[in-house]
Amino acid sequence: MAHVDRQAWDVVVVGAGGAGLRAAIEAREAGMRTAVICKSLFGKAHTVMAEGGIAASMANVNEGDSWQVHFRDTMRGGKFLNHWRMAELHAREAPDRVWELETWGALFDRTPDGRISQRNFGGHEYPRLAHVGDRTGLELIRTLQQKIVSLQQEDEREFGAHDARLKVFQECTVTRVLKEGDKVAGAFCYERESGRFFVLEAPAVVLATGGIGKSFKVTSNSWEYTGDGHALALLAGAPLINMEFVQFHPTGMVWPPSVKGILVTESVRGDGGVLRNSDGRRFMFDYIPDVFKEKYAQTEEEGDRWYDDPDNNRRPPELLPRDEVARAINAEVKAGRGSPHGGVFLDVSTRMPAEVIKRRLPSMHHQFKELADVDITAEPMEVGPTCHYVMGGVDVDPDTAAANGVPGLFAAGEVAGGMHGSNRLGGNSLSDLLVFGRRAGLHAAEYAAAVTARPDPDERAIDAAEAEALRPFSAEDQRPGAVHDGGPAENPYTLHQELQQAMNDLVGIIRREGEMAEALDRLAGLRVRARRAGVEGHRQYNPGWHLSIDLRNMLLVSECVARAALEREESRGGHTRDDHPTMDRRWRNINLVCELADGRAEGAEADPALGQIRLTRRETPPIRPDLLELFEKEELMKYLTDEELSR
Amino acid sequence: MSSQMANGQRTDGPAAGGDTADARRTAVQQADGPGSAGTSGAYLAHFRVWRGDADGGGLEDFRVEVHEGEVVLDIIHRLQATQASDLAVRWNCKAGKCGSCSAEINGRPRLLCMTRMSVFGRTETITVTPMRAFPVIRDLVTDVSFNYTKAREIPSFVPPAELGPGEYRMQQEDVNRSQEFRKCIECFLCQNTCHVVRDHEENKPVFAGPRFLMRIAELDMHPLDAAPDNGLDRRRTAQDDHGLGYCNITKCCTEVCPENIKITDNALIPLKERAVDRKYDPLVWLGNKIRRRGE
Amino acid sequence: MHAASRAAIPARHLRTDRWWLAPACTAAGLLAFVVYSTWRAFANADYYHAPYVSPFYSPCLAENCHTMRGGPNWEIFGSWWGLSPALLILIFPLGFRLTCYYYRKAYYRGFWASPPACAVAEPHKKYTGETRFPLILQNIHRYFFYFAVLVALVLTYDTALAFRDEHYAWGHMGLGTLVFLANIVLIWAYTLSCHSCRHIVGGRLRHFSKHPVRYRLWGWVGKLNERHMLLAWCSLFSVGFADLYVYLLATGAFADPRFF
Repeated sequence: MAHVDRQAWDVVVVGAGGAGLRAAIEAREAGMRTAVICKSLFGKAHTVMAEGGIAASMANVNEGDSWQVHFRDTMRGGKFLNHWRMAELHAREAPDRVWELETWGALFDRTPDGRISQRNFGGHEYPRLAHVGDRTGLELIRTLQQKIVSLQQEDEREFGAHDARLKVFQECTVTRVLKEGDKVAGAFCYERESGRFFVLEAPAVVLATGGIGKSFKVTSNSWEYTGDGHALALLAGAPLINMEFVQFHPTGMVWPPSVKGILVTESVRGDGGVLRNSDGRRFMFDYIPDVFKEKYAQTEEEGDRWYDDPDNNRRPPELLPRDEVARAINAEVKAGRGSPHGGVFLDVSTRMPAEVIKRRLPSMHHQFKELADVDITAEPMEVGPTCHYVMGGVDVDPDTAAANGVPGLFAAGEVAGGMHGSNRLGGNSLSDLLVFGRRAGLHAAEYAAAVTARPDPDERAIDAAEAEALRPFSAEDQRPGAVHDGGPAENPYTLHQELQQAMNDLVGIIRREGEMAEALDRLAGLRVRARRAGVEGHRQYNPGWHLSIDLRNMLLVSECVARAALEREESRGGHTRDDHPTMDRRWRNINLVCELADGRAEGAEADPALGQIRLTRRETPPIRPDLLELFEKEELMKYLTDEELSR
Repeated sequence: MSSQMANGQRTDGPAAGGDTADARRTAVQQADGPGSAGTSGAYLAHFRVWRGDADGGGLEDFRVEVHEGEVVLDIIHRLQATQASDLAVRWNCKAGKCGSCSAEINGRPRLLCMTRMSVFGRTETITVTPMRAFPVIRDLVTDVSFNYTKAREIPSFVPPAELGPGEYRMQQEDVNRSQEFRKCIECFLCQNTCHVVRDHEENKPVFAGPRFLMRIAELDMHPLDAAPDNGLDRRRTAQDDHGLGYCNITKCCTEVCPENIKITDNALIPLKERAVDRKYDPLVWLGNKIRRRGE
Repeated sequence: MHAASRAAIPARHLRTDRWWLAPACTAAGLLAFVVYSTWRAFANADYYHAPYVSPFYSPCLAENCHTMRGGPNWEIFGSWWGLSPALLILIFPLGFRLTCYYYRKAYYRGFWASPPACAVAEPHKKYTGETRFPLILQNIHRYFFYFAVLVALVLTYDTALAFRDEHYAWGHMGLGTLVFLANIVLIWAYTLSCHSCRHIVGGRLRHFSKHPVRYRLWGWVGKLNERHMLLAWCSLFSVGFADLYVYLLATGAFADPRFF
C-alpha cells in the first residue's frame, strides 16, 4: 500500500457541530493539541438548522425555574428512560454553558432588564429557551467558531502559526477509528477535495457526528447525517443503546419535493392552526385516545374557545403529543384522505386574519412563500411526519462521556445515547451539545494527558481501511452485466434511495413486527449489493464515492434501528408499535444494546437473521433517591414498576 | 470511455465531442420516454454546467427532467444520480440556512437551493457555474479558504474584564444592529461578487471583503466589546489593515445577500462614517496635532 | 481578471438579463441633468420672476445678482465677481451630491463601469477604490452635508417667499408655490436621509439605550434612508423642474396660474 501521511495530535474531534466545537475548545484550553475534522466547511454543521433555542434554567423570565424543574421535565419527556445522571448534569450545567457563550460574543435576545430572554416550549414548565429569533443554532455555531478563531489567534501570537494547537480539517471524512490493541490510537481519514488519505494519530478521539436521519426518505436532517459516528463506534467495538428511539416530527413540509421534510414549527398549531383531511374534516377529533379523552376538547366549538379561554375549555386535539398527531396523519394518508402530495392540510388561513399570521408566524410565512410559493395566509399548508432526531447513540459514561468498552473513545451530542431517553424535548438538544461537548473535551484531554507513550496505530488496520475506502473504484471495472459477486455494479444513489424508502416505509413512525422483519430482509439485500457499489471518475471531490462510503454507515445504523425496534415490544416516546400500542413499565429500565457481531460468520452479511449487529438487553441503574423525590408518587407509578418503587 | 450506470448515461469530455453528443441524444430519448410522460408538470430542461478543475474545463450541456416545485440544486442532484455521478457540488442543509451551495446561475451569484426552477422559462437554457472569485477545485466546488484566512485576521470579541459569565446586561435596542449582521450564513456570495477582489485578484491580500468588514462593524457596535479599553481601535484597523477604503459602495454585496442583510447601508457605510469620525474630522485632526506637539 | 486557478470561463459575464439597462438609465439621467444644469448655471439670466427665484441661484452672493425684494441676495462677494452667481453656490449641492453614498454608487456603475453591474467584469486593469487621492476625498461627505443643510434652509426661505404675489404682497399662492413646496419637501427628505446624517444623529452611538431621543431620531432617519435613492432622483428632478419653471416664467413663455 502507498505511504499514508500521518500527523500526531493529542485529541481528535470528529464533527464540527455544537458538541464537536465545544469539545475542541475545552480540550485546547486544557492544553492539548486538538484536531477537529468535519465533512462540511467549518461553520456549516447541521446545528445551524436548530431554531427554537437552548434550554437552560437561568430563571431570567420566571424565577420559579431551577435545575430540578428542568431535570424533571427532561425525565418526563423521555418517559423515564433517560440516563438520570446525564439528565441531572445537563440540567445543572446548562445555564453556565449559555452564559459562557456570551463571554465569547454571542448576542441572544434580551429581556427588558437586559438579561438573556427565554421562551416557552413544549414540555418545559417555565419559559426556558435562550434564543436569537428563530436562528439560535446559527448563533451557537458562529459563536463557537469565532471562539476557536480567537484561540487560534492566540496561538498565532505565541507560536507564529494559527494551527499550532487547534486545527480544523474541513471537508474531510473519517472512515475508521484506529486502535492499538484495545485502545484508541487515531483516525483514518480522507480529504474530500483531493481524495487523499491521511491518518491522525491521537490517544483520544471524540465522536460528535450528529444523527442518522439520512437513512430515512423524509427527514429534516442534512446530507451529513449518515450515522458516521454511530458506525465508527460500532466498528471500533463500542456499543450503541436506545437505537429504536427515533423522533418523528408530525409536521414537516411534504411539497415541493425539494423541501420535503423541512420542519413546520409546532407553534403553527399552538397559535390556532388546524389539521384537515381531503374531505375538509378536522380528523384529529377522531383520534383522541381514551387516556386523553378527559383532557381534550370533544367538539370543534370547544376546541376553538380554548385559544382565548384556556381555563374553561379543553385544548383542541391538534395539540396532542407528537406521536399521536403523527400517527393520525399517517392513518389519514393511508386511508386515502391525504392531500395531493401525500400529507394532510394544516390550515391557518381560515383561522386568523392575514396580518396576525404574518406577525405571529413570520418565519413560516417566509418559508412557505420562498420555498413552496404557498401563501399561508391564503391557502393551507401540506404537512406530514418527518424524521427529526435519534435519541439512541453511543453508550457513554455520563460524567466523562467516555464510550463504554473502548479506552480513548468519547462521544457527545446526538451521537451519544442516554441523555434524552425515549424522546427529546425541544431545546434540550442545543444544551446537550454544550454540556456534554465540554465534558467530552475535558475528559478526552485528561485521558490524553495521562497517556505516556505516543499511540502507534496498527499498520495493517491502516492498509485495510485504505482498501475498504477504495473498493468503490474497483467496482467500476464491473461493467453492467458482468458477473461480480453474482451481480452488476450498483449505483450508490439508487442503493441510498432504496434504503431510505425501506426505512421510511417499514421502520418509520408506526412500526409493526412483520414490516420490521421485512426491513431486515431488505437491509440484508442492500448490504450485499452495497459491496458492489461502484463509482466513476477519480478521487477528487467525487460525491458518488463519498456516498458509497457513507452507505456502509447508514446500513449498519439502520440495522441497529430495525433490530432494536423489532425487539422492544411496547410503545414509548419515539418508538411506536402498532402491535404493542401501550407503554409497559417492565420495559422502562431496559436498554437495548447494539454491538457489532463478532467473528463475521460466513454469509452473515447476506442473512437477515444474523446480520452485522448483535442485540442484548441491559438493565439501567436505579435512579438516585434524591432525584426520585422530585416527583409525585402518583406520577412515578405510571413509569416505575411496583418492585422499583418499593426499593 | 466510461461505464454506464444502471440508470443513466454519462456525458463527459468536451461538449463538442461526437461521443458525447450521441450520449446526450440517448439521454434525451430516455427522459422523453414513458418515464416522464405520466408525471404532470414535468419537462426537460436544458442545463449548461461548468465542469473541470484548475487545469481547465468548460460548459457541458445536459438535458434533464424537471418536476414541479424543484430548485436548481434538485436538478444538479438529478444530474449526479442519473447522468454524471461524479459531478461535484457542495451543499448541506438545502434550506438556505448553511450557505454551502453558493454558485452562479445564469451569471448571477446565488444559492442553488434557494433558486426555484419556476423563475426560469421552460425553454430557457440554465447555465450553472462555480463562484468566479475563488480558485476552482472541481466542477461547481471552489476553494473558499480566502474567507477563512480573512476571518482569522479580524481581531476577536474582547470580553469586558470586569464582567463574569451571567453578569452581562445588554438592551435589545443595543444588540439589534449586531444581530442583523450575525444572521450571516457565510455563503460568501458577497465576497464572490465584490468587484474589488472578483475583478482584481491582486487586491485579495489587502481587502477583507464585505463579509468581514461587516464582522468588524458587528464588533464595533457590540455594546460590551472591550476592544477600545485594550488599545484596539477597530475603526482604524478597518481602514488601515482590512481595506475599508477599497469598498466603493456599489452595493453588489447587498444585492446578492440571501439573508437580505443590508450590508452596505447598515455595516459598510456606518463603518466608513466611523472611520471618518476619527480620521477626517478636521477638529479631531487638529486636536491630535496639537496634542502630539505638546508631548 | 483571470487568476490561473479560477474556473476557466472566458466570457466577461454570463448574465442573461438586461443588466446594462440600469446603469444606462442612470448615466442618461445624470448626463441630462448635468447638461441642463451647466447651461442654466452659466446662463446668468432668467432666474428670477417675482416672487420666485430659481434654486440654482439661491442664495445669490454677488453684486451682479438680480434684485430680489426680501430674497436671499447677500453681496458677500461684492462687485468683483463677474461670472454667474450660480457658480458660487452650486458647488455646495454639487459637492453634497457628488460625495453622496447613493450617487457614488450610481456614477461608479453608470459612468466608470466599476463595476457596470453585479458579476459583470469591469474593464479596468487596476483598482484602488477610495483609498487614495482624489477619491479618498469622498470621506468629506459629512461637511458637504452641513452645507447642504444651510442651502436647504435658504431654499425653505425661498419657498416661504413664494407665498407672495408678483407685487410682493403676502398671502397668495400660484402653481409655482406648489412647485417650490414639492421641491423643498423633497430636498429636505433627501438631505435628511443622508447616510452621514444617520450617523451623526445616532449611528455613531454604541448604546442607544442611553440616548432614547437620538435613538428615535436615528430610527426615523433610518426609515428615510431606506429610500435615499428614490429621494435622490426625485429631488434632482424637482430642483431642475423648479428652475425650469422660473425660466419659463422669466422668459415669458408661460404665465404662473395664480390661485389667490
